[in-house]
Amino acid sequence: MAKFEISRRKFLTAASLGASGIMLSGCDAFDSQLSIGSGLRSFLENANGLTYRAQRLLAGRNALAPEFTEADIRQPQRPNGVTAPDDDIYKGLLANNFADWRLEVSGLVEKPLSLSREQLQNMPSRTQITRHDCVEGWSCIAKWTGTPLSLVLDQAVVKPQARYVMFHCLDTIDRSLSGDVKYYGTIDLIDARHPQTILAYGLNGKPLPVENGAPLRVRVERQLGYKMPKYLYKIELVDSFANVGGGRGGYWEDNGYDWYGGI
Amino acid sequence: MESVARSQSATGQDAPVSSDSTLIYRQSRWTRLTHWIWAISLFFMLLSGLQIFNARPQLYIGKQSGFGYNNTIFEIGAENTSAGPRGYTAIFGHRFDTTGVLGWSGPPGNETARGFPSWATIPSYYDLGTARVVHFFFAWILTTTLIVWLVASLVNGHIRRDLAPRLDDLKRLPRDIVDHAKLKFHHTREYNTLQKMAYGGVLFVLLPLMIITGLAMSPSMNSVLPFLNEVLGGRQTARTIHFTVMLLLVGFFIIHILMILAAGPINELRSIITGWYRTDPPAHNDKTTERSA
Repeated sequence: MAKFEISRRKFLTAASLGASGIMLSGCDAFDSQLSIGSGLRSFLENANGLTYRAQRLLAGRNALAPEFTEADIRQPQRPNGVTAPDDDIYKGLLANNFADWRLEVSGLVEKPLSLSREQLQNMPSRTQITRHDCVEGWSCIAKWTGTPLSLVLDQAVVKPQARYVMFHCLDTIDRSLSGDVKYYGTIDLIDARHPQTILAYGLNGKPLPVENGAPLRVRVERQLGYKMPKYLYKIELVDSFANVGGGRGGYWEDNGYDWYGGI
Repeated sequence: MESVARSQSATGQDAPVSSDSTLIYRQSRWTRLTHWIWAISLFFMLLSGLQIFNARPQLYIGKQSGFGYNNTIFEIGAENTSAGPRGYTAIFGHRFDTTGVLGWSGPPGNETARGFPSWATIPSYYDLGTARVVHFFFAWILTTTLIVWLVASLVNGHIRRDLAPRLDDLKRLPRDIVDHAKLKFHHTREYNTLQKMAYGGVLFVLLPLMIITGLAMSPSMNSVLPFLNEVLGGRQTARTIHFTVMLLLVGFFIIHILMILAAGPINELRSIITGWYRTDPPAHNDKTTERSA
């Protein structure tokens, strides 16, 4: 019995040493290998391309994100990111209730467009009660009304070499040495033409509020919130990310987020 | 080896380890390879997962997160008090002061508000984007490895021979629990009942549940498998289950390591590295030569 107790004491000592060793090991060991552009980071990022291809294969072009009922709308849509743009152009447009605001459609299209709010709202609309999933982990259900992006793209006639839709926004998200950085992002043409991808001007039966992206924001229901830019003023069809900010396909992507936000 | 000898002396058997015990080939290469890939994957998934959790250190029940109402069941946060900033953890409304570890932590004088502390996250600083890159890379590795293991173990008989529960396991369970509580281990080719429950539980319940709840959080997968969140009780419940299973896996890991240390780390490690395992010498008493506890 005495012998057994010694072995148990030894065992507990060894066990606690082992456990504290694991805890003290810390995790700054991997920090330097994980910065954007490092070899290991770039290798790990390949998983996002795999996820993208796998989910496109499984979901196809038209599988719909779940839609909910009025009873599921239990709270105002939580705003995130910039909620009150401090940009003079934006504030000027807001002061005039966006009467002078236009949505430009340009880039790789046959017929560049410049649409007013009225023109957009006179097009067929789609209303959907969907769940907004933020990359941070929270979710919020709301009713969105807007013009299907596919209708706008059809009107502009997308050129065959176009591969992505780039969104240009009015809100300054960051300030760098070369000036203010306004929010920008891209999605592929599959999501751009998805039936639930709308240019939303209405939220929960009312005009889209400023904190949620007035006058126009994108809804891309099969991806996370950072893929749905607010304060939209220009849509540009592009064939690569070469001229999109830092070249990774969006503002948050240039700051380390994966381009594909379906997971 | 030492522990092996000790635990035997504790049982009152005097047989020396080296002469009577035999080395047997216990773990196939598939089991060994997948074991270590899981070990590495789970390490990175845990630490990147805690970083992801830090972006929203709250857990909710239901389809969405309550901002205009309360469905929060778990929260890690920081607050200003008369004694300075404190970290707290709230579980079902019960608050605990967890300053220094959860909610408010960091080097003395440089503490910051963060859910899990810097030593428990990858990267050590706040970086949700990078944590997601790491998490999803290893999610692919882990899932692929689980499928490879499942196929290999069906083919080579590992599941049927070593993991499938038998009626006998149930009978031996009480004695098994007593033996484990006394740190009295028997070294045989077969897993004992508690081992079968632990390994089977991880491989057939916890890891699949982790993958399913992970997929349930993916907005794109929701369009492929819309019933998933309905079955689980909503995306935020899925996230809460994902977190809870993480705690169970950490619990498994701690017990797993303690049992290895107690049962003889060299022998156990050799078995999971080379496949060869030293079994106990045949007992003098016939009754204990059957499958051991």
